[in-house]
Amino acid sequence: MKKCSLFKLILWFSVSLAVLSSKEVFAMHLSEGILPAKDAIGAGILALPFVIIGLKKIGKSKKENPLYFSMVGLLGAAVFVISAFPIPVPIAGTCSHPAGTGLSAIILGPFPSVVVAAVALLIQALFMAHGGLTTLGANILTMGICGSFCGYFTYKFAKKVGFSPFVSGFFAGVVADITTYAATAFVLAFSLSNDFVTAFLEIGLAFVPTQIPLSILEGVITGFAVRYVFQNRPELLSHGRNMEVQI
Amino acid sequence: MKNLFFTFKSLSKGLLWCILFLLLVFIVSPKKAVAGEEKWPGVDSAVVEKYAKKFGVEPREPFINTDQGDLLLFIFTLAGATGGFVMGYNFRKIFKEKQSGSVSRT
Repeated sequence: MKKCSLFKLILWFSVSLAVLSSKEVFAMHLSEGILPAKDAIGAGILALPFVIIGLKKIGKSKKENPLYFSMVGLLGAAVFVISAFPIPVPIAGTCSHPAGTGLSAIILGPFPSVVVAAVALLIQALFMAHGGLTTLGANILTMGICGSFCGYFTYKFAKKVGFSPFVSGFFAGVVADITTYAATAFVLAFSLSNDFVTAFLEIGLAFVPTQIPLSILEGVITGFAVRYVFQNRPELLSHGRNMEVQI
Repeated sequence: MKNLFFTFKSLSKGLLWCILFLLLVFIVSPKKAVAGEEKWPGVDSAVVEKYAKKFGVEPREPFINTDQGDLLLFIFTLAGATGGFVMGYNFRKIFKEKQSGSVSRT
């Protein structure tokens, strides 16, 4: 078993290294200085309560379950790597990245997932020319809040309907990805255009050829990850607090 | 014998994932890229910056601009290595040490 763990550790390490060390780097979050000051500040003010509640929830869950912090570490690193993971989409001829917040929201809960996304986005904005400090609030709003909450509630709904963990995770991943980019289109249209509806549709539709295949890929990854957790540590799917064993 | 079987099974699964990953990389390799001036632009330049420019806004240079020469490559390599290590370490702690009984359930 130790050999297997080491193998998986090396596999994770190698894949992350291979993925993030590509020569061409493409930033897909809202770039630095793209939003007017009032909208950038407004987005930051909107995102702040979610981050504060998330921090409180992480502190509370950490006291209840010592392993919770390891989960935050694992999913924080995963969101960080996934959201800086430029995937080429041959149909569109462009690159984009998944969000990863659907998966983190399912396992950590939506509020802690916002914190995880905020930390990942802050590091990317500071050191990786990926996103921006002035657009941090807007990026937390789109990827952190919209991705996490939409993914989380989709998972809960799919489970209630009776879908398997894989299918529920798949839907959550797809929805988290699509809503992240729909929210990006919303923020851009709201901030930059006087004709909101036309601009929103135009920008939203421009994302479609790249994001639809990518959202399916994110759905598959989320589905497999949720299924793995369900099979090995099902109690984690209730944010590490309650035991939840089904199927 | 049972342990050997599980190790073999896990290794096979790992290999299968490696093959799937390589297959994915092969399928989306740049050779199949759409011919154009710039190959594989990110949706930032293809969509976000394009529409921002259309509405009269130019993106600004990052406050800490690491996009200089191979510096960004170094940062991304470092970030990937660190992220991979953190993921692997915590994955082992949550899923593997629990199986060997060194971490008790709450």
